[in-house]
Amino acid sequence: MINRRTVTIAIALLALLLFVSACGSATSQNSISVYNWGEYIDEDILSMFTQKTGIEVVYDYYANNEEMYAKIKSGGVNYDLCIPSDYMIERMIAEDLLETVDTSQIPNYANIDDRFKDLAYDPENKYSVPYVWGTVGILYNTSMVDDPVDSWDILWNDKYANQIFMYDSMRDTVGVSLKRLGFSLNTRDVSELNQARDELIAQSDLVRAIVGDTVRDSMIGGEAALAVVYSGDALYCIEKNRDLGYAVPKEGSNVWFDAMVVPKGAKNIEGALKFIDFLCDPEICLRNVEYIGFSTVNSETLKLLPEEMTSDPTFWPDDEIYNRCEVFYDLGDFVGEYDRVWTEVLASW
Amino acid sequence: MKTRYLSLPYLIWALVFIIIPIGLVVYYSLTVEVDGKLIFSWANYKQALTPSYLLALWRSIWLAFVCTVICFALGYPIAYIMASREYASKGFLLFLFLVPMWMNFLLRTYSWLSILERNGFINSLLRLLSLPEARILYTDKAVVLGMVYNFLPFMILPIHTVMKKMDSSIIEAAQDLGANGRTVFLRVVFPLSIPGVVSGVTMVFMPSVTTFIISKLLGGAQFMLIGNMIERQFTESRNWNLGSAVSVMLMVLILTSIAIFTVVDKDGEGGALF
Repeated sequence: MINRRTVTIAIALLALLLFVSACGSATSQNSISVYNWGEYIDEDILSMFTQKTGIEVVYDYYANNEEMYAKIKSGGVNYDLCIPSDYMIERMIAEDLLETVDTSQIPNYANIDDRFKDLAYDPENKYSVPYVWGTVGILYNTSMVDDPVDSWDILWNDKYANQIFMYDSMRDTVGVSLKRLGFSLNTRDVSELNQARDELIAQSDLVRAIVGDTVRDSMIGGEAALAVVYSGDALYCIEKNRDLGYAVPKEGSNVWFDAMVVPKGAKNIEGALKFIDFLCDPEICLRNVEYIGFSTVNSETLKLLPEEMTSDPTFWPDDEIYNRCEVFYDLGDFVGEYDRVWTEVLASW
Repeated sequence: MKTRYLSLPYLIWALVFIIIPIGLVVYYSLTVEVDGKLIFSWANYKQALTPSYLLALWRSIWLAFVCTVICFALGYPIAYIMASREYASKGFLLFLFLVPMWMNFLLRTYSWLSILERNGFINSLLRLLSLPEARILYTDKAVVLGMVYNFLPFMILPIHTVMKKMDSSIIEAAQDLGANGRTVFLRVVFPLSIPGVVSGVTMVFMPSVTTFIISKLLGGAQFMLIGNMIERQFTESRNWNLGSAVSVMLMVLILTSIAIFTVVDKDGEGGALF
């Protein structure tokens, strides 16, 4: 009798064991796990890196900063490298979620343009190495828009009722409304926020939809006349549909940086640093930015880029506009107010 | 004795993946973070009861209700026909309804986007016929369409199963006793199929009331459903406490409605809980 019982218990435990071991990660010594935005690297570069160093790259995607943050914060998985945006890096530094990055181990770090070093989100560049930068602006279809596109006001123009896409991102869209009113993107003034909210609610009748990544296919397909997009997405769309144009409005906008960081709990920091160095190599970086379409932070790569690209204001907004653009700061607990305002906007639709 | 040990993995599974997470959700919903510490508070529920959230909740229930009614109106006759004598041997029909389910749900919803959009399939066809273009995408109609499309099989299958199992001698007995077709259906077939209808209704209503991806893709985020509100609290706004409070509210609502349904569903055909 005891025998039979032991067998039953053994089977039960075995089943459990199998299940638990299946949950464990299979990262070996000679690999790094990278967690990045979707469509945000030329994936050939991964195999080139493996060929050169023998280090496998395990690659995983996220759709926005918040998703990445939630996963890192919960601590369930260990990644060796992530590429979040500026305000998210600021928050992760404040919450002690990042390892310091030893730039002396990254020879190609010297290629990074000085104007992109020591920015407010990481004042001494102790935690991050810039990846690319870009702006938020208006993508428009020249066959449907005959007014000059140089101001956020066009998104409030009755003429384009039902032909406007807004972006499904709290900070970006509230930011558009704030900038249009001449306020800071990082305002902590509740009355300014409420004004921005009222403007967005007033705009809701003109807006066809609030969309996420689907905006690219929709704009290429001529679904709407105007859309709020990131500069890299704009470039991608313009390549596919020559009727499209992109402008950073004169009121200024958001300028953003994505940078490579090593989260706490990384298993292969050395490998991660090698990968960062590889991505900062001028030739590799050139290949990468040509693929993803955002502006490079690499001054050596910039020299290699074709003239028509570097003179393109989509890639390089002129200094006057650039100076009116702002970087997002982490708002700490005040983000709750943004959330309230944004929820009210969405609920009113 | 044996079975008790064999159920051990399941019990651990239930504890780790069902009981503990629900406990955590309730715990989060009743606390707020102050200086890195969680303290007890009703504040999340207060915020969850503000008009913005109640509106989204109401909208979700309404759209899920419409979706369930449409699924029932479409699904019941289909299930009936497929279980009827002429078609019962033709498994192929049922197979046709199952095939789309093998494809990824997201992909199928995404393809509706290109069917419905302004320059999409339907509008190109309408334009070809010189008809005015239809504005379906980014309206509540598109959301309901997406829901019905995705959840219809969940209505058909349980009803179909019940119909197939129905004892044909009972129907014959009714006919022998002089009942006409209509009476047989209303007084015999339909009452016997109620358990299937109840599980069908629960299995359609539950996912439609909590969906967030269909409303996001096809509603263009204008039709904020309660699922979207919860998702946003866990990702963009990272207020897990508020997100948990809204989730608990939704859970209570769903459990109550299932409890009501289950009173009718005595045989427990799938959706049953109590």
